[in-house]
Amino acid sequence: MTEVVFEIEGVKKVITFLNRKAPYGTIYALEVLESVLITAAFEQHANIVFVDDGVYQIKKGQDTAALEMKNFLPTYGIIEMEKEDADEDEDMDMNWRIIVEKESMEARGLTADDFKIDVEVLSSAELAEVLETSDAVIGG
Amino acid sequence: MLHTVNKSPFERNSLDSCLRLAKKGSAILLMEDGVYAAVTGTTATDKMASAAKGNSVYVLGPDMSARGLAEDQLIDGIKVVDYEGFVDLVADNDGVTPWL
Repeated sequence: MTEVVFEIEGVKKVITFLNRKAPYGTIYALEVLESVLITAAFEQHANIVFVDDGVYQIKKGQDTAALEMKNFLPTYGIIEMEKEDADEDEDMDMNWRIIVEKESMEARGLTADDFKIDVEVLSSAELAEVLETSDAVIGG
Repeated sequence: MLHTVNKSPFERNSLDSCLRLAKKGSAILLMEDGVYAAVTGTTATDKMASAAKGNSVYVLGPDMSARGLAEDQLIDGIKVVDYEGFVDLVADNDGVTPWL
């Protein structure tokens, strides 16, 4: 049996995760979240972006107990921790940004205080630049 | 960057978000139900015509044909590509952003 080895030495990409769907109505949000966690394992740069109904994914106070579904808000807390660890560790070359589009946030009557995690709020024009300069964009 | 839109502009906001967040000059490909945005006479025509002035806009021919849309209905400036043209767009652009 062939042993599979992922050779990632020297490979460093900027991967943008474009979250555009609300959390529990469809499987999109959960699938993207799992991809983000894989990116952490490979120490790649990542932009975790929330646009349109995607901004609802990180809204405070989610309680899915009655739905009997996984509440994945705590997992976003882990992503925030990963980002902070990478920011503080000088030996770790992994730059993560957690970004919310201002227009999407305001259209839904939300402010940055409504989110469970710390975010950068960017205008559409600023976010367009982030997308354009990404090596890969994972949509969802 | 190549942006792909595969949802009808009348059902979802995928096209609106793409047009808001695609940098001027980038390529946009309308495919699957996204092709309904490529024709004249709809409520999406004005914004699409305006996008075709600042971006290179393409539509996937086989998806148009399947839906009974003809090339003479296309908004000025939108170019039809076949599957080979789709592959060329992916190869020629630096990355793909999907608007689902």
